[in-house]
Amino acid sequence: MNMPEIVGLFFKASLLLFFIFMVVLILTLAERKALARIQQRKGPNRVGFKGILQPFADALKLLTKEDILPASANKQIFWIAPLAVFLPGFLIWVTIPLAKEVVLANLDMGLFYITAISVLSVMGLLMAGWGSANKWAMIGGLRAAGQLISYEIPFIMAILAIGILAQSFNLKEIVDDQARWPFAIKQPLGLFIFLTAGLAELGRTPFDIHHAESEVVGGPFVEYSGAHWSVFYLAEYMNTFTIAVLTVLLFLGGWQSPALPFSGIVQTVASLSWFLIKTALVIWVIFWIRGTYPRLRIDQLMSFGWKILVPASFINIFLTASVLYYALPHWVITVVSLGFLGVTFYFIKKGSLAGHKQDTVTIINSSDIRAQLSNRAEV
Amino acid sequence: MSVVFFAIAAILVISGGIGVVAARNIVYAALSLLVAMVGTAGVFLIGLAEFLALVQLLIYGGAVVIVILFSLMLTRIQDFEFLKANRQWPIALIVAMSLLGLLGIPILIEDSTTTTMGSTNISELGLSLFSDWAIPFELASLVLLIALIGAVVVVRRDNGEDK
Repeated sequence: MNMPEIVGLFFKASLLLFFIFMVVLILTLAERKALARIQQRKGPNRVGFKGILQPFADALKLLTKEDILPASANKQIFWIAPLAVFLPGFLIWVTIPLAKEVVLANLDMGLFYITAISVLSVMGLLMAGWGSANKWAMIGGLRAAGQLISYEIPFIMAILAIGILAQSFNLKEIVDDQARWPFAIKQPLGLFIFLTAGLAELGRTPFDIHHAESEVVGGPFVEYSGAHWSVFYLAEYMNTFTIAVLTVLLFLGGWQSPALPFSGIVQTVASLSWFLIKTALVIWVIFWIRGTYPRLRIDQLMSFGWKILVPASFINIFLTASVLYYALPHWVITVVSLGFLGVTFYFIKKGSLAGHKQDTVTIINSSDIRAQLSNRAEV
Repeated sequence: MSVVFFAIAAILVISGGIGVVAARNIVYAALSLLVAMVGTAGVFLIGLAEFLALVQLLIYGGAVVIVILFSLMLTRIQDFEFLKANRQWPIALIVAMSLLGLLGIPILIEDSTTTTMGSTNISELGLSLFSDWAIPFELASLVLLIALIGAVVVVRRDNGEDK
């Protein structure tokens, strides 16, 4: 490697960083607008035309805000934590292709690289929780670690099943393999597991117990403010985009599009826009879920992960591997996978695996209250 | 160029290793362990063993250190104030020195010829792991269990004093 190559690499990396910044800014606005639509509000509509400059205003506000360091916090760990969350998420982008030729480095073990790097971001959340010297942050950090470690298993298993199906860990080859049938059709169960576990890895609703405002205030982020908090925020939205992009690459056929009469650079742009449209749809589903579902309780979250998603992901791998080993036609995977998806939904609906039933509110009849009050008055 | 990368990786490994042993705060020690692990992954990467480097990150960085930290963060730091004054240091010294000898002697005896290696072929690797090396491979998966049990043991001793 010589000097111009290194300079070129730095240039590409900074271009990528800029692209991700832009995506994050757009996503924050898109999420607020989407949630507003779901809740019949207007959402941000003051800064710029219909509020399109709102994210810039927010970013400016966050960067100029005072950065507070709690007196008893562990200074080094407290300051390094945001970076430890952001950096693994960004390093994943080295190998994610956006179109056939638009990728920084197409690795043969791309998928494995992504799983290996993505697990490191738990460390940042733990460091933030511990370094803040705050009870809520500590509980939030430990919750994050417990949750991410649990949901990593189905997440990685779903990815492995895709690797088995495509016979490759190279993201480009995986997309090429989906030229006829996207893997979502072959592995509906895999798509369900991947998206659900992916949401949990992101810590987005309904799996956001580690920074649940009503339980642990803000979790690991509670003591952060200003620029350092915005790094966490940036990482969260970047990871949302990553999960959406991975869903499209692994299950929805990536940049594979209906035959378009273009060639050369126009072809690249067309397939890139096709890819981004698919990604936007997945992101919209993620926002939709956030606007629709309430937050899980921690015991529900753990039992859902270990009793439903983990067994389902093992079934998914076993099914894919055995169909390929015995050289059965691929539609067998589809049929059996759909069957197991139905079984999974049945168990979720029935709720029998989601731990013991626990009432959070006790309903007392008004007549009982009156009787009690009158008893007390008599005494 | 690779010399520069090796120097960076070596510094990470050595400083991380010293950190693990010298840090008085046990959480710092665990975090230093992570630094050492990342450095080791870097050394593997220079040796063109990309698969090994990624496994190193996934298992040691992602799982072992997190499980250790998870347990340690639930303990009180005061309990580990005299972490340095450990009565078992002669045993540790003997183990470390014999390991150093075990690894160092072959380097001194063998001619240090550089061999050129192609990049790892992941499908061949998978085939040989699951056919010729299936049992060692499965045994290696015990590593996480050992980390978990080790962390629980450290925490349990702390609880025993409380009672």
